Amino acid sequence: MSTFDAHGPGAPVESTVWKEEISLIDSIPRPLAILGLGLIIVLIWHFATATGVVSNIILPSPLETWREIVFVGTNLVTGGYMLAALWVTMQEVLIGFVLATLIGVGLGVLVGETRFGERAVMPYLIAIDTMPKIAFAPLFVAWLGFDISSKVALATFVSVFPILVGTAAGLNSADRSALNLFRTMGASRWQTLVHMKMPAGLPHVFTGLKIASLGVMAGAITGEFLGGGKGFGEMIRVAASQLHTPRVFALILYLSLLGLAMFGTVSLIQRKLVFWHKDGRDAGE
Amino acid sequence: MMVAPLVKEEGAPLAPSIYSLRSVDKIYARRSLVALENVNLDLRKGSFSSVIGSSGCGKSTLLKIMAGLTSPTAGSVVLAGKPVMGPRRDIGMMFQQATLFPWLTTIDNILLPIRIRDGKMAARAKVHDAQALLDLVGLKGFEKAYPSELSGGMAQRAAICRMLITEPAVLLLDEPFSALDELVRDFMNMELQRICMEREATAFLVTHSIAEAVILSDTVFVMGARPGRIIEAVHIDLPRPRTLDMVTSPAFGRYVIHIRNLLSQGSQS
Ligand SMILES: Nc1ncnc2c1ncn2[C@@H]1O[C@H](COP(=O)(O)OP(=O)(O)O)[C@@H](O)[C@H]1O
Ligand SMILES: [Mg+2]
Repeated sequence: MSTFDAHGPGAPVESTVWKEEISLIDSIPRPLAILGLGLIIVLIWHFATATGVVSNIILPSPLETWREIVFVGTNLVTGGYMLAALWVTMQEVLIGFVLATLIGVGLGVLVGETRFGERAVMPYLIAIDTMPKIAFAPLFVAWLGFDISSKVALATFVSVFPILVGTAAGLNSADRSALNLFRTMGASRWQTLVHMKMPAGLPHVFTGLKIASLGVMAGAITGEFLGGGKGFGEMIRVAASQLHTPRVFALILYLSLLGLAMFGTVSLIQRKLVFWHKDGRDAGE
Repeated sequence: MMVAPLVKEEGAPLAPSIYSLRSVDKIYARRSLVALENVNLDLRKGSFSSVIGSSGCGKSTLLKIMAGLTSPTAGSVVLAGKPVMGPRRDIGMMFQQATLFPWLTTIDNILLPIRIRDGKMAARAKVHDAQALLDLVGLKGFEKAYPSELSGGMAQRAAICRMLITEPAVLLLDEPFSALDELVRDFMNMELQRICMEREATAFLVTHSIAEAVILSDTVFVMGARPGRIIEAVHIDLPRPRTLDMVTSPAFGRYVIHIRNLLSQGSQS
């Protein structure tokens, strides 16, 4: 076989290094992109309110909102009545989360570990899970009254299912060879659960816990909307009923910070406990 | 249906049989599948045996019965004079997957069988034994490493240590190296031979590689499929220790051809 080479032998080889195109918008560095987009949104927001396109009652101006954020923040930091309200909501959320974790893991073990749980209990749980759980809020208020227990109950009820499902899925994620290995070691059912199925299932459990850490907030606040009390949700409801929208915005912001803190704490514990899992993240993509 | 003849050997006196299976049947009722039919075999103390057969012929089932992981439908399984009616600590087992637990360090993985059987204190008392085993398989210095830091071959070596920590009399090996690449696998097979010889362990290896079976074994049990049964016990009369270059010897070639013929007959019938 012969080939024809126009440059002849020894001709200089032309460099074929070429530049891969990246579009301009994708080449903006991350912090700049985040800040820039935020700025653009605030600007649009500003002009929408300044020109009167949107009524001030519906959407307060950025400046008004900022003032409220500062006001609420100051009240919180100086230990004002808003801090007391936040504390009430935090109690509901924390107690709800702990209860949901205990009940969720407990039922998850029952469902994931026993045939009876899988066959008899699971269908009922699935049936309840498909219901819009928030719709139970008036019932909880009717049953438990207007103090924090009705909010705790709703928060627990809303967040228990992801934990339950995560635990059950986690226990079933142990592979056949690991089970066989434990059998060859003469491990009891309890030992298999504690030494293998539980740790192997932790990534799934944490996936559930993270979803629950957000659901528990929604549950507590909804409970407060419907059942009154002295929490943050009640403050939001009152502010909204007075069409004090900037206040509503500010309160929601601080509430989401609380949610973020919950989520962050769970993630932190996960990273410590499930350090061995591939990139320490959730299971099951 | 043919009862496999027991191995007859000339010369060296026969070591006593430590493990014997008599008329073992296994039927998976749910699928009405006869997985094993009339399996008879004896493992002599300190010998290395393999079972070879096409995939799905019942090798893993046989091993699980021997390990006391599942009950035979009929027949008897006796190890060291005592019937096998469940998992036992004088049986060590290894699978295709190393199955190290990622939340435990290598040494804790190795000590796990002790931890499970005898508790935390007993496991702590065995740390030096575990270290000696790591040394034996060339994993010195990896005590505190997590499984994610080990290569496939290293993980299987750690699994060997975990199997040996309870000092089992019999090693049951279900294709332990078949997930490794060929070079590593040859090396690990030679390591396995060395460890078995040093510890005078009785080993029973499931494989689907004829060469692997011949190079490692004193006896190769050739299995046929549907129903799973032992066609012949082939005695391999090659000197020990076996080396990889023995594969070029004429005797090795004859064993391979003989076993291949048996296997193709087994799959036709
Ligand atoms: N637990 C089980 N239940 C039902 N059938 C099984 C079970 N385990 C194995 N089998 C069947 O028994 C036959 C032998 O399987 P196995 O012993 O795993 O074969 P091998 O290890 O030789 O590939 C296969 O047909 C397999 O599908
Ligand atoms: Mg198999």
